[in-house]
Formats: sequence, C-alpha cells, structure tokens
Amino acid sequence: MKEKFEGRAYVLGNNVDTDQIIPAAHLVYSLSDPEERKKYGEYALSGVPAEGAGLPKGNTPFIEEGKWQSEYSVIIGGKNFGCGSSREHAPACMEIAGVQAVIAESYARIFYRNSVDGGFFIPFESEKLLTEEINTGDELAIDLKANTLTNRTQNKTYSLKPLGDVKDIIEAGNIFEYAKKTGLIPA
Amino acid sequence: MAMTITEKILAAHAGKTSAQPGDNIWVDVDVLMTHDVCGPGAIAIFKKHFGQNAKVWDPEKLVIIPDHYIFTEDPHALRNVDILRDFVKEQNLPYYYDPGTDDYKGVCHVALAQEGHNRPGEVLFGTDSHTCTSGAFGMFSTGIGNTDAAFIMGTGKLWVKVPETMRFEFHGTFPPYIMAKDILLQVIGDIGCDGATYRTMEWAGDAVMQFSMEERMTLCNMAIEAGGKNSVIEADSVTEKYVRERSDKSYSIEHSDADAKYIFRKSYDAAAMEPVVAKPHSPDNKALARECSDVKLDRSYIGSCTGGKLTDFLAAAEILNGQKVKIETYIVPATREVEHGIRETKIDGKTLQTIFEEAGCHIGEPSCAACLGGPKDTFGRTHGTEVVVSTTNRNFPGRMGSKQSAVYLASPYTAAASALTGHITDPREVMPAKV
Repeated sequence: MKEKFEGRAYVLGNNVDTDQIIPAAHLVYSLSDPEERKKYGEYALSGVPAEGAGLPKGNTPFIEEGKWQSEYSVIIGGKNFGCGSSREHAPACMEIAGVQAVIAESYARIFYRNSVDGGFFIPFESEKLLTEEINTGDELAIDLKANTLTNRTQNKTYSLKPLGDVKDIIEAGNIFEYAKKTGLIPA
Repeated sequence: MAMTITEKILAAHAGKTSAQPGDNIWVDVDVLMTHDVCGPGAIAIFKKHFGQNAKVWDPEKLVIIPDHYIFTEDPHALRNVDILRDFVKEQNLPYYYDPGTDDYKGVCHVALAQEGHNRPGEVLFGTDSHTCTSGAFGMFSTGIGNTDAAFIMGTGKLWVKVPETMRFEFHGTFPPYIMAKDILLQVIGDIGCDGATYRTMEWAGDAVMQFSMEERMTLCNMAIEAGGKNSVIEADSVTEKYVRERSDKSYSIEHSDADAKYIFRKSYDAAAMEPVVAKPHSPDNKALARECSDVKLDRSYIGSCTGGKLTDFLAAAEILNGQKVKIETYIVPATREVEHGIRETKIDGKTLQTIFEEAGCHIGEPSCAACLGGPKDTFGRTHGTEVVVSTTNRNFPGRMGSKQSAVYLASPYTAAASALTGHITDPREVMPAKV
C-alpha cells in the first residue's frame, strides 16, 4: 500500500448515486477485457447532472471527450457517496479512469465495501464536509501514515478518519489477499 | 443474551451463540444469486483467483437469474447472457433460468421467492442491491458486488459486520387505498436516504403482519433506498404457507427477543397513513400524493421488483377497470408467473390483461426493463424530458434512461389513478367505493 499520493481534486456533492457514477446503459461492457474495460473510464461519472459536475463551478466534465482517463485522481464527495446499486462497475470505472482515492463525509455501504474488497481505491472518510472548501482542480496530497489530506493550492491540512475495521483488508490489497493472510483460503 | 432476528441468523451462520452489532464475522452462505449484469464480472474474478478450472463451492446454492437486459438487441448484453450459459454448463448448475426458453422467469428478487429459494432463517447474498427484498421471508439477505460474489463462489463464506437494528411498527389496519409502497416511501422520507446506513430495518406490528407475502416483499425491497443493509419481517404462518408450496427444504424461524436492543424504534398508526410519492430526484423526497396534483405527467410505469407483482397489477386493474388512460401507460410484469396471473386473474369477469388492453396500456415482457433505463431499445425507457409516475424503486437523475426525465415514485394505486387523469392523483379520488 502506498503511503503517500497526490493528485488533482474533482469535487461532487451529496448523495452521488451509482447511476450517476456509471449509468446503467453502459453496464454491458466486460471489466476483464483490456480494451472493452476502457469504456468504463470513458463513461465514468457521466451521469452526474452538469450543474453538479466539478464543484463549485459545475459543467466540468470528469473525462474529456474521446478520452478514458481523467486528469483528476482524487474525488471529494459529501454525504452518502455511492448510494444505490451494488454494481461494482461504479468503483471499477473510477479506478479505470485513474482515481486513486475518494474522500467523502460518508458512504453508502455497498459502494464502500466494493471499493475495499475489490481493492479499487481507498474510500477515506473526512472529519467534516469538504465539498464546500475544496475546489475542483486543487492540488491535493494524502499522507496515509499521518492520516491527513493537504490542499496544496489553498495551503490547508485536514485530518481523515482512521480506516477502522477495513484497514487490514486495505493493507492486504483486497478480500482475497486478506483471506490468504488470515488462512481462510490457501496462499 | 437478547438478540434481534438478524443477529440470531448471523450468529448461527458464524457458528456462534451470539452476535452483537459491530462484530465482524465470517458467515456461511445458504444461497448466492447473480444475474446478467453482474454475473459475468463475478465469474471472471472467481476464475482469476480460484483458477480457470475451479468449481463453485456448492452448485445447489448458486442461483443464476438473468433479468436485466433480456429483450434487447444490444450485442454486449446478449454476449453477457451467453457467458452465464457457458458457466452454468461448465459448473453443472441446477438453478438457472435461461432467457428464450420455458425456464425463463424474469426479475430475480421475485423469481427467488416464486421458485422457492427464499427460506426463513437463511443467509442469502445477491449481486443486486434489492436483494434485501428476500428479508420478507424472515431471512438475512443483502446486496454485494462482483468481488464478494466471486469470493463466495470459491469459499461459500463472506465477512459481515453485524448491523444495528431499527424497528418500525405499524399498528391497527391500513386503509384500503394504502399499499406497502406508501408505507415504505413514508418511512424513507422520515429517516432520509442514508437514515438506515449499515443498519437492519425490521418491520413489525399487527398491520404489517396482515400483509401478503408480495406486499411484505415490497416493504423490504427498498431498505437500500434508506441505506439499509437488510430488511426483515419475522416469518409466520403466511410465510410458511408460501414457502411450503415452493420448497421442501428444512428451515428455522427466528424471532426477535422482547428485550433485544434496537438503535431506533418508531411506531405508526396504520389507519392514519396516506398515499405518498417520492418526488425527483431522490426516494426520500417525500410528499403526499394529494399535494402533487399540479404535477402534469407524460407517462405511468407499473413494473419492477418493487411494483410489478400480481398484487400490484390487481391494484392497478381495480382502478383502470372500464376506464381509458390519458397518458402512455406501461405494464411490465416482474416474472412469467406474474404475467400468467395477469392473463388468468379476473375482476368483474375480465382478465387483468383485458382490462389493461381496453384501458390502452402497453404490456411488456417480464424483466427489469426501464426501471433502470438500460440499453436504448429497452421497453418503457425514457429518452427525453418525460415526467413519469412509476412503481419502481429509484428516481435518481437519469435512472429510467434520460437525464432530462423526472420520476415520481408511487404505489400501483397512485400510478394507475394518475394514468387516468394525466397528473399525480391520490387514488381516493378515483376509487370512491373503497373510501
């Protein structure tokens, strides 16, 4: 597990649901085919209403037309991030697009669990709502050891909540590696 | 130690005498269900981690029900069903319901019940968030992703954090114009779309226990719309009768102890309930149907795991009988069994099918259809700025297809009443005999 990473922020609001993260019409593509899976990057966050896409200004596409990877690698969300469906295509499409971390005030349960068990990225919880403090495009740095998020553009540092129960799975990489470590399945 | 139904079931499946909220435990899985949208992904992960020639832990316990993108020409969607077929053959799975054959059923959550895969006291995981529907049978059921499903395929186990339980009691008798959907939208509106996150929603009270199994399934279906992990209703003689007609496997009925600990309790007067809608674009955006009569509609949609069971169509037909709809109205039975019921069940000597046809409704094939938008050629999908009243479960932006469309969630009574007037209509306005 990397101890530090940095990237530019893409800010979303509260209750970003899985239909916004990846609209159901696109769920037909293969996640294991190397070429086909790029479609998930192309359509990642394409269901977010324009006014909420890249706050505070909005109308900022996460993925530029014709591309499948984003210039933004840290998603800042509000409450109940990832609510709705159990589709693992939601965290998967974000990872394919280049997302390294999501920092939200709270998560919907299945999205959170999928992110952890599938090892797509770390779903951090912020101590307070950050969606109105961080702007899309801000340069961010996350320090896992110190459990902090630094906004280099605004020169501010925030503490993140401890990873808690899922820390061991995150450290192992995914649920399979965790199960091997604990002896539940053969290594 | 005093425990709730959910705590008892999880403890028993972890080989423990007790389980408390917050405990992380590995549970043995009784049934894993998957479908055409998530099955292919889960199968790929299973093979990646357990080997190309790996066998699933127990073929009898893996149930595959294609239901999402069935009646479409989309080549990727059709390819995904082929992946399921190949896997079923390779693994010799007995419970697979193949599209295009007499075995095809339709929407997985309703088919699970109808085909006898729901049994009290069991643990069921499914790669679909509305798997919480099965909690109506006094069992633990919840939605998971592809990775967790692949893990179960290989091991028959999954880790679970034992949830805290919220208890919702309804006492007395519901008025005849109230359906389980109204109760659900009322409660989700009261607690908010993350009001039950990580928690169990336990439904109880004499009014709830008067519900049929289909209405109980509706009640449990939308726990996920409040963030809930699972939903549960204690099994009783109604449950046992339904299960015994469909399964000969043994089961155990769990009861919540009188002194079990709840994180939240709320009691409602059943008789005071009114028809409720959820306005765009969130299931917790509650309003009374009678407060929304200024909302002009383009479409009424009656279908899905939430609102596409025989009970739902009986309710719609009561209102549409002998009338003509004013707006496009779509009827999508959840399963072939429901479709059969529509063709055979009669009101005033007329089948529901005839009532719907005479009213001017479009009737589709059993599947998830436009509940979640889906491929462009999906029956009933929105493509523009349609304003829709729907018996489905989600009204997120773009959920039924077009990001510009707006969806009002409602009961089948309200959806049918609104179909007759062209605006959101409290069913009491068009069903005077029942008031």
